[in-house]
Amino acid sequence: MTIWVRASVNGQLREAEVWEGTSLLGMLRDELELPGSKNACEEGECGSCSVWLDGDLVCSCLVLAAQADGRDVRTVESLGTGEDLHPVQRAFVDAGAVQCGFCTPGLIVAVTDLLDREPSPSDARIREALAGNLCRCTGYEKILDAARLASGRVEASGDRP
Amino acid sequence: MDVLRVGSLADALAAKARRPDAVPIAGGTDLMVGINAGWDRPPAILDLSAVDELRHWERGDEVVLGAGLTYRLILGELADERALTQAARAVGSPQIRNRGTVGGNVGTGSPAGDLLPVLAAADASIELGSDAGGRRAVAWHAFFTGPKRTTIAPDELILGVRWRRRRGPSVFAKVGPRNAMVISVCSLCLQVDEDDRAIRLALGSVGPTVLRADDAEAFGAAAIEEAGGWADPARPLDDAAVARFAELAAGAARPIDDLRGTSAYRRHAIGVLAGRALRWVLADRAAEAP
Amino acid sequence: MTGVRDPAATDAGAVTGTRAAPRIGHGVGISAPRIDGVPKVTGVFRYGSDLRAEGMLHGRTVRSPHPSARIRGIDVAAALATPGVHALMVADDVPGARRYGLELPDQPVLAEDVVRYVGEPVAIVAADHPETARIAAERVAVDYEILEPLVDMEAALEASSTPLHPTGNVLRHVHIEHGDPDAPADVWVEGLYETGMQDQAALGPEAGLAIPAEDGGVDLHVATQWLHLDRAQIAPCLGLPEELVRIHLAGVGGAFGSREDLHMHLHACLLALRTGRPVRIAYDRHESFLGHVHRHPARMWMRHGADRDGRLVNVHVRLLIDGGAYASSSTAVIANASTFACGPYAVPNARIDGTAVYTNNPPCGAMRGFGATQVCFGHEAQMDRLAAALGIDPVELRLRNALAPGGALPTGQVLRGSAPVAEVIRRCVAVPEPPAEPAMGRDPIELPGGAGNVGRGEGIRRGVGFAVGFKNLAYSDGFDDGAEATVELTVDEDRATVARVRSAAVEVGQGLTTILDQIVRTELGADRVELLPPDTSGGSAGSSSASRQTMMSGGAVQAACRDVRDRLLARVRDVLGLGATEALELAGGRVMIEGAPIAEVADHAVPSLVATATFRHRPTAGFDPLGQGDIHVAFAFAAERAVVEVDEELGLVRIVQIAAAQDVGRALNPRAVAGQIEGATAQGVGFALMEELRVVDGAIANASFTDYLIPTIMDMPPVVSELIEDPEPDLPFGAKGVGEHALIVAPAAIVAALRDATGRELHRIPVRPDDLLGLATPRPWRAPPANPDVPFQVPVPLAGRATEPATELDRGRPGAG
Repeated sequence: MTIWVRASVNGQLREAEVWEGTSLLGMLRDELELPGSKNACEEGECGSCSVWLDGDLVCSCLVLAAQADGRDVRTVESLGTGEDLHPVQRAFVDAGAVQCGFCTPGLIVAVTDLLDREPSPSDARIREALAGNLCRCTGYEKILDAARLASGRVEASGDRP
Repeated sequence: MDVLRVGSLADALAAKARRPDAVPIAGGTDLMVGINAGWDRPPAILDLSAVDELRHWERGDEVVLGAGLTYRLILGELADERALTQAARAVGSPQIRNRGTVGGNVGTGSPAGDLLPVLAAADASIELGSDAGGRRAVAWHAFFTGPKRTTIAPDELILGVRWRRRRGPSVFAKVGPRNAMVISVCSLCLQVDEDDRAIRLALGSVGPTVLRADDAEAFGAAAIEEAGGWADPARPLDDAAVARFAELAAGAARPIDDLRGTSAYRRHAIGVLAGRALRWVLADRAAEAP
Repeated sequence: MTGVRDPAATDAGAVTGTRAAPRIGHGVGISAPRIDGVPKVTGVFRYGSDLRAEGMLHGRTVRSPHPSARIRGIDVAAALATPGVHALMVADDVPGARRYGLELPDQPVLAEDVVRYVGEPVAIVAADHPETARIAAERVAVDYEILEPLVDMEAALEASSTPLHPTGNVLRHVHIEHGDPDAPADVWVEGLYETGMQDQAALGPEAGLAIPAEDGGVDLHVATQWLHLDRAQIAPCLGLPEELVRIHLAGVGGAFGSREDLHMHLHACLLALRTGRPVRIAYDRHESFLGHVHRHPARMWMRHGADRDGRLVNVHVRLLIDGGAYASSSTAVIANASTFACGPYAVPNARIDGTAVYTNNPPCGAMRGFGATQVCFGHEAQMDRLAAALGIDPVELRLRNALAPGGALPTGQVLRGSAPVAEVIRRCVAVPEPPAEPAMGRDPIELPGGAGNVGRGEGIRRGVGFAVGFKNLAYSDGFDDGAEATVELTVDEDRATVARVRSAAVEVGQGLTTILDQIVRTELGADRVELLPPDTSGGSAGSSSASRQTMMSGGAVQAACRDVRDRLLARVRDVLGLGATEALELAGGRVMIEGAPIAEVADHAVPSLVATATFRHRPTAGFDPLGQGDIHVAFAFAAERAVVEVDEELGLVRIVQIAAAQDVGRALNPRAVAGQIEGATAQGVGFALMEELRVVDGAIANASFTDYLIPTIMDMPPVVSELIEDPEPDLPFGAKGVGEHALIVAPAAIVAALRDATGRELHRIPVRPDDLLGLATPRPWRAPPANPDVPFQVPVPLAGRATEPATELDRGRPGAG
């Protein structure tokens, strides 16, 4: 049994026919060819699948695809491209915050969400905001560096990311 | 598996009446885990996420939380409700707090649900609605009957929770084996009720449902009375009284051994938390006294 | 197979085989940015689970729910009748060899007559949708006769235990005798230590895509660690010659040892060949926990004897590790654990006995640290006990016993290369300790218990602990290890020089491709470096394991570059009519004589210059009957100091700081090295405090990220890294492998700090709150089990092994790690 889901995804109206139990994550990855959101746990524990749903940071694995019908979804793919990186993406590259990279898209989305709301967070705030994004490679040190770097650049440029 | 999408509370109740086998979904933080893993295949899913009526809240003589209220909205809108916001902050991650709802926590009815000690300490009632029967309110202790077991009827939906606001400080605390993102090993909520001169202490994850520590509550209130603390919040409790309160709280726990913690640890930790929580609320009273 | 687009070969290849933008000045020694950074931050990097192909089917594995059972029969009728199911296969459908394995081919492709662990694959199904495959898998009816499982490693040692395999339950016993093991000492301390079963928990679950080919072969795109050894195991089971099995690297979402063994590889290939359609198998987190090996739980009995000045005189160690149901790399892990059991100390007399056994627990194999992590927890606890017994400062005691170049290990192996143990210790303790902050008044989120709001600063005790450890680099124990690479220097249409590198070395996240890029830039100074997607079309690079690829594939790339350079310079000499006496150099795309440019490389790199080189380290030896021999190639050393805060009433922990000093030979990319130290330390934090697969009656009870907890960003302290650069002779640039060592010492250092804070003995990791509070009774000392009555030193050969087709496996792969 399938259903149709129509949503604004990264600014474009997209639709897909999915099995009813499909999560938003599954729809993005398997039907809309947007595999940037990652499937590390599919139980809301790791944050690798983080996207914005109507502007809220959510784990897309915990959103039933049908719940995204008629809503606005933004994924890591909306932020920047290889030629034109978003400041948070640039900061992750510059700070050495990427290793295997499986957690990276989710963290990029989560850090961007934080800095959109709070451009100059303390370390403690960064830690609390990223508690739901597991990384197994970096020990988080360089992820903190990247968040600080992106925040500092935003402050210096007087611009929000 | 049918997905029922509704845009209003009336439609939601009608849908639930038609399909009592439908499992409601809002934030999906519980239900989607089982669906993704393949061990849960409900015959139907009723999506409540577009029902705006469930997202309301009120804070007057009563605190009213709609079932669709997320932890994030609690943190943003109800920041004065200390224990409630402390519990909301202890839930998962920003991603989970943005999605998880009051109704989900209540409906799942896990003894580890982070809001449940707050509801139990506040003597909250659960508001239920159905297409046929209208609304009814069920006291928390009558609603939660066992681990993930509640008295909700198949055609009912959780509309929200409500409790009478108490004058007095409150606190929520939760122990987990990691510094964030944990299911509670044990938790508690302590509420001081200045008007009734009572202490209310609810314990989570140490029994088949959330529990109240009646003996500790009675002892705590009496000890404060004896110390003259009700009239004068600056009057402290002595260490022995706090220790006895902690001991009675630990005694009220009925924990089991499981993967997340041993019964011995849970009982011990409840005692420690209860003693600390009592000191904190007494200190808060003293600090906030006019 | 016509009409099937192969996006994996194009998309995945293009993205995972990174083509870097031109960069000058990114040679070795510089913290060059990762060459795969941009595709990873934009989300276009393709991991195993991201691969798709037109007409693709979804594979699913039916797994045993029992730790030990006989299979009476399998009824597949209902499953096969499920609409959308294309194939269902059981053991009898395996066309070639029925078993495979890294060291010993003891593991069935699909269970035959018995199952030996919970999660063992019994059948596989391919269907048009993952949900169809799941339903069909549920409908496979396996008739099991449940048998009594063997779940305790000490019980497995007993001669009366029911053998899980024809050779009995002892996988390997290593015996090392050094000096006079009966030598007396002034002071003895003894302890029994245990470590739990840790999981690698790489974030990318196991996944891959098998595509049947027109030539009857198969192309497998998979996230793995060693393409060629995968092929050597897969081809015989498929009944295909190796050249018809082509393995292509898919993006790897972390490995840490978990991808050394085959997981979905064979199953996807079997289903693809059976159905004639591409088949993807992507595990979810639960299946990932069942589908890969784990770190061996260990029991370690240790007795250390020293003289009154604190010099070690005699050490006795008895090790037991639980290999679980199949061999995997257990035989190499026990060799490693045994050879490092005394720590990086001069020990004149020793007796070490290490045994790996089979049980009906989940199979254990490679994980970062590979035997050295377990024993470091034991030997460092012993050093602290000794320090306490003698009244000597623990750091001073370690300095007095520290190994130095020219010193010997209990195996008799003399340290010929760099061994800056004392400097590693001194640099670690020289890192300033953070001042004690008042606990009262902090946001509770910065106290032990974090987001739980459990304290206002009550009962906080601070503790400091220290640990030193070491481990080998690359494979050991007589294995003939090599890595091949090919480098082509050419000129593109814009007259830019391009160095194209073909290497089958796997980027698992550690940063290898960036290091290879840096090496090529250093050696050839090309305008652009291109790394071709790794596959099996060329020679083997060996495994991305054992801290070996910078040395091995780095060495091969360096040698190939030098060959290319020599040929280029010879060509220039020839063309310009220069004599052999002029010293030519390459710099900035030009050929120079004494700093003066005489030719542009671009003018002389047509036709292109190609060289293939193989790097081999010096040979190692196996163990002699007394465990003596030059078992290992080279060593690296590390020390960590942990500062912790313990809530002594709740048994909760906050780590304040980790100081990490590591002997890296030479840091080719200092930021990447620090990243390895920080990441390995985080896994050590997890092992010390929270990470354990809880195996109950053979079944993993916490196979999820809800209950197998790994550290979050709120659990990790700042890590202050000190890199000790003492180049290793004979290695490219003198660089040592850096991936594992912080995970060897971190758990030991953290637990030492917890002992300091609480005064408790803490004999087991992970440490639980109960242990810190004294609610759990520590296991008292008891005598170690007797040594098994089996031939020493070599892995037990399997009966029937001779009947397996000849493969690379038969040459063995002992001494990994």
